[in-house]
Amino acid sequence: MLRNSLILLVLLGFAAAVFPLVQSYEGKDTLTGVAEHYANYGKEEVGAANLVSAVVVTYRGFDTLGEVTILFLASAVIGLFLKVSETHTKDSRSVFFKSTEILVTASRLLVPMIMLLGAYIFINGHLTPGGGFQGGAVIASAFALLLLSRPQKHFSHKVISVVESISGIAFVFIGLLGILLAGGFLDNHIFAMGKFGTLLSAGAIPIIYILIGLKVGSELTGIVRNLKESQKVG
Amino acid sequence: MQLFSIEYISLVVGFLILIIGIWGILTRKNILKMVIGFSLFDTGTHIIIVALGYVRNKTAPILDQVNLQTNTAQKIVDPVPQALVLTAIVIGLGVTALMLVYAMKLHNEKKTLNIEKYNDLKW
Repeated sequence: MLRNSLILLVLLGFAAAVFPLVQSYEGKDTLTGVAEHYANYGKEEVGAANLVSAVVVTYRGFDTLGEVTILFLASAVIGLFLKVSETHTKDSRSVFFKSTEILVTASRLLVPMIMLLGAYIFINGHLTPGGGFQGGAVIASAFALLLLSRPQKHFSHKVISVVESISGIAFVFIGLLGILLAGGFLDNHIFAMGKFGTLLSAGAIPIIYILIGLKVGSELTGIVRNLKESQKVG
Repeated sequence: MQLFSIEYISLVVGFLILIIGIWGILTRKNILKMVIGFSLFDTGTHIIIVALGYVRNKTAPILDQVNLQTNTAQKIVDPVPQALVLTAIVIGLGVTALMLVYAMKLHNEKKTLNIEKYNDLKW
């Protein structure tokens, strides 16, 4: 009883704290501050049609580097927790049921298509809604489907970690090239800017997004793989 | 203040989801349900941040049409909160995966997900 009333008190206190915020909120009619600068000069300065990508990859590229690091840390800690052994003995019993025919057949058709969609999303991240993180998550969902349809199959941990490390290092390397060849860390002017709104535009943004897509895709695949492999008995 | 404008509705819905998330974290006994509470908390915050970046009657910050490319600041919503939420969603995913794996480890240890059975640190 005391516990419940304490919880109610906490919730009421929180509601009382946010209520003035909601009540005094009036919508905006104009952009202000830094957003106005991004809107007015983003086209000339960054050259990405998708302004959100311009903010994520270039204006606040350092945040994105930190974000990729956090995701890497999360997947590394998950790998540490689960401690999947690389060697599987022949007679280790599988805890999985055999997948149905429908799932196996459908996954054969769907997995390549989902991967293609993921690649499309991160390659076009500077033009359309999308980007490396979304595309990477879509690719990882294709691998999750593959794991559901063929639970006996083992993904090589080595391939996953090689793709992840190479794309991570290349991301930092492109950022450092920005210091040498352009205005600063993660500046996207190191490559030709191209025509605004075409696939080969916005300098380094498509390349950085491809690297982020590969990195996020391999990290999330690694998480799903570790979760699945830890279910083995024996 | 228009009560039924889209930004106001999203703001209120975001706060409601956030409070439901806190309620879930505080009251549920099952660890997995607490993780769902954290996820709701996350989602509520995202909706609030995007709602705060909305500018009335403006379109998405993607300049794929020629008429958007001049006088852009008068035609688009704020891109910064959307970029922040993009970051927050990915980090939320990583943290949720970490919490689920931790819950799995706890379950392997004690064969229960009831938080009240975990009283090793209780004095």
